[in-house]
Amino acid sequence: MSDVPPPTRRAEFLAGVRVTIPLAVGAAPFAIIFGALAIASGISPLGAAGMSLFVFAGSSQFIATGLVSGGVSVAIIIFTTLIVNLRHALYSATLAPYMKGLAQRWMLPLAFWLTDESFVVVIARYSKGDASPYKHWFYFGSALLMYTNWQFWTIVGIVAGQSIPNLESWGLDFAMTVTFTGMLIPQIKSRPLLLAVIVAGVCAVLFNGMPNKLGLLIAALAGVAAGVIAEANIKEVPSSQPI
Amino acid sequence: MNEVIMIAGMMLVTFAPRYGVMALLGRMEMPKPLFRALRYVPPAVLSAIIVPSMLLDAQGQVALRLDNSYLVAGVVSAVIAWRSRNLLLTIVLGMAFFLIWRAVVAA
Repeated sequence: MSDVPPPTRRAEFLAGVRVTIPLAVGAAPFAIIFGALAIASGISPLGAAGMSLFVFAGSSQFIATGLVSGGVSVAIIIFTTLIVNLRHALYSATLAPYMKGLAQRWMLPLAFWLTDESFVVVIARYSKGDASPYKHWFYFGSALLMYTNWQFWTIVGIVAGQSIPNLESWGLDFAMTVTFTGMLIPQIKSRPLLLAVIVAGVCAVLFNGMPNKLGLLIAALAGVAAGVIAEANIKEVPSSQPI
Repeated sequence: MNEVIMIAGMMLVTFAPRYGVMALLGRMEMPKPLFRALRYVPPAVLSAIIVPSMLLDAQGQVALRLDNSYLVAGVVSAVIAWRSRNLLLTIVLGMAFFLIWRAVVAA
């Protein structure tokens, strides 16, 4: 990922796809259990596929299946989804300076396709100093692979969930933990970054009991605040490309 | 019908923060301190997702135990990621370790 693709649309697109392949592999088991869980919780096969197509946000889809099987009202499910996915507002703000001047026909689909995985590789691409005018094609490549991959494995999960009992208890959800761990570790390049990681992790455990997964958002903000405060006090020059 | 409303609502509240902030901030000059602060977003969010998934059991209690496969395999995965800097290798080895540990130790 340290090399910069030649500044052409095609090269940027392909580089985005290539960098995202491991993340797509890691997302696959998660999509399978989502599909299986959705069926087990009483969501129709069409509804499960539709959720992946139109919502396209793994952890909130996952949580929604739990709420559906718990008989929670639609309004609470939508509210919980809002809270769980509010972290995308932070991603969106981080990407905003780079999306300036991009036509709406680009911004609308790219925003819809914003995921944890694509965000991490795309912001790393934008943070590189080269002047390639086609970095949005890198985003496009990464997002398109994540999206098609999510649809495909959701359907596999829907089918498997109808024929294999207890697929959701196989521990496939660890795939998300290991993927995100693999994404996180290389980012810890300075002490303020390490502190941000520790504070966010500890707060997420402490605030886990909060309703609607609100603790995740508060923990993330606490981590960001810790990093900023540490950066201001340690006087350590942070890497110009922390990601 | 309920499903359609649910999916439409989820879609709306998911798309709004993804697009809205980008579109809004894209119209103005972002203050430098905010821009610098936002560099901490990726590691902070990832950590806030991962750590509870490793440390807490299904009841939300801290489980610092060897039969907590998520914790043991999570730590092993972090070490693999740190030493190898190879994401695909980390995912494959980490997942394999998790499944084996769960079958052998935590069974």
